[in-house]
Amino acid sequence: MRHTLSVLVENKFGVLTRIAGMFSGRGFNIDTLNVGPTLDPSRSRMTIVVMGDDAVLEQVTKQLNKLIDVIEIEDFRDNEYVDRELVLLRVNVDAQTRSEVMQICDIFRAKIIDVQPKNVAIELTGNESKIEKFLFLMEPFGIRDLTRTGKVAVSRRQ
Amino acid sequence: MKLNGAQIICKLLERQGITVLSGIPGGAILPLYDALYDSPLRHVLARHEQGAGFIAQGMARVTGRAAVCLGTSGPGATNLLTAIADAKLDSIPLVAITGQVARSLLRTDAFQEVDTFGLTLPITKHSFMVMDTEELLHVIPRAFEIAESGRPGPVVVDVPKDVFQAVCEVTTWPEPGRAAAPLGGAEEQIARMADLITRSQRPALYIGGGVIGANAGELVKELARRINAPVASTLMGLGAIPGDDPLALGMLGMHGAPFTNYIMDEADLLIVIGARFDDRATGLAARFCQHAEIIHIEIDPCEIDKIKPSSVSIAGDAREVLCQLLTAIAPQERPAWRTRIEELKASHPLLIPKRPESVHPLEFCKILGELLPPDAIVSTDVGQHQMWMAQGYPVRQPRTYLTSGGLGTMGFGLPAAIGGALAAPGRRTVCVSGDGSILMNVGELATLADLNLDLTVVILNNGRLGMVRQQQELFYGKRYEASIFERQPDFAALARAFGIRAYDLQGITDIKEVLREAFTQPGPALVNLPVDPAENVYPIVPPGAANVDMIRACPGE
Repeated sequence: MRHTLSVLVENKFGVLTRIAGMFSGRGFNIDTLNVGPTLDPSRSRMTIVVMGDDAVLEQVTKQLNKLIDVIEIEDFRDNEYVDRELVLLRVNVDAQTRSEVMQICDIFRAKIIDVQPKNVAIELTGNESKIEKFLFLMEPFGIRDLTRTGKVAVSRRQ
Repeated sequence: MKLNGAQIICKLLERQGITVLSGIPGGAILPLYDALYDSPLRHVLARHEQGAGFIAQGMARVTGRAAVCLGTSGPGATNLLTAIADAKLDSIPLVAITGQVARSLLRTDAFQEVDTFGLTLPITKHSFMVMDTEELLHVIPRAFEIAESGRPGPVVVDVPKDVFQAVCEVTTWPEPGRAAAPLGGAEEQIARMADLITRSQRPALYIGGGVIGANAGELVKELARRINAPVASTLMGLGAIPGDDPLALGMLGMHGAPFTNYIMDEADLLIVIGARFDDRATGLAARFCQHAEIIHIEIDPCEIDKIKPSSVSIAGDAREVLCQLLTAIAPQERPAWRTRIEELKASHPLLIPKRPESVHPLEFCKILGELLPPDAIVSTDVGQHQMWMAQGYPVRQPRTYLTSGGLGTMGFGLPAAIGGALAAPGRRTVCVSGDGSILMNVGELATLADLNLDLTVVILNNGRLGMVRQQQELFYGKRYEASIFERQPDFAALARAFGIRAYDLQGITDIKEVLREAFTQPGPALVNLPVDPAENVYPIVPPGAANVDMIRACPGE
């Protein structure tokens, strides 16, 4: 099972290594990991998607809580949060397929951000199922490059 | 007041109450040593940084307060790693201050540069790299606070040479770092625990180092008395209650006495305090106390439900929780259970095999218990002698028994004993070691001679890496690879070469008188006690087996 954790940490030297080291040292699997600044420059927010059952998630949370640089952990469960991921990809096109690719992009509200004679670069934002579906549809054209940010999430609570 | 970083550190350490620290100087940390020259802090010069780390650990284990060790950059720091990792696994508060190359040289592969911060990340509670002299005013007290709070552990503070040297204005000193206030449990949890205990027919306590860490030994004894439950201890918990207490079962697990593991197996309620279900204690976890419900009182929430699920648990300080629990529990007689315990003790004792030609190591441990006062500090190294001591030496007071439990570090014994002796002046200190272990940090005999402490080292000498040899005999078809030493040093002569009084018990069967002299004469001494190399530690629970499936003794005994 996959769980999304939002972890507020001190924006200090070595924090990422410490957290990544705890995951590898204890054998927890990180699916995606995203780090970015917050409004408070002394803090960063990590969004971590972890694979594992409830027991694993409990250990992950407890072990994270033990780290001095971890300020707060939010464990997102179903419907309590919204999440998005940004994907950049480059897809092969030719004279016949270009318009079809552009049509699919329209449907998915993806943007074409670069056009070359034999390929286009596409930007897509969405939740997991939207992204998976879009990638599935692009597959037949040939995906040359793919970069994903990993999930970022925010609570729905007021 | 204008002070440089090194002077600030010395002052902050003084304010923490530190009087003695151990270490070895070197280029990057020399500014700190220059400040020590004018400081009232007493520096103990070890002969290897690992020794310095274990000297600090010895002090911390005896006092319960964080102790300090120093090392320079590069090899100084890497030599400290083992002592730091050891402190992590045994939850010992330690502050290690390491020198680092100057900021301008950082990350250039400068002379004696190593990424101390990175190397120590997984073996510390926390580590700091101080990039500005002013930060020391925050970092040093915080390092002590972290080391001593909650589940104690080691903290590393890495300081570049020019941060020691840079001068800054100090107007006010920060408060010394102190452990956070200990936490108890919720009323509801306490009530549920009390209810489980009251309903239980055959409760048993399983205690660990957390009881000693929380200074909760007396309360454990009180609980055991009140509810008539026996107390089994892990290696780290020995001494929390006196080993000769009628309810004490000694050590459980891999080398526990037969009756200990059998009694635990019959329990219907396991009250676990300050322990973490380590594999050496539980054997095959699925079959450990399999008829028992579990109450778990443990300061580190990560340890709760990690190996065995509990029926009710509190992540809190053992002392606080036991205070609460004792107000909720009335005296409970359990005559049938007490009778059963006595039956099992009588029918499955820990026997000391009779050896007409030599002294069995367990016999030695018993004699040691007779000769030493209850407040004597005893350290061990790691191996067979460590387990014989755990079985046969009756530890009677908390914080008097220093042993490397989690990491199992050979070489721990001598420097830890030095630290213990420094922290407990006027009390006799004994290090029980093996001929394999002692050589790992034998250079600390020079430190011991410098300090002229009332410390006696006893080497149980079988010319082997005995525990390895035993495992090869039992589990590897007697294929003794690399466990038998070709030649043995003359340990008595070696001690004398360091200027230490020595006794050799080769050929002497009445060892008591010699030991009495070795333990009562002032100053350091070393005793070489030959041990039959064929002796094994029994019982032994084979790897992967349940505790009750122990091997009781070698065939024919």
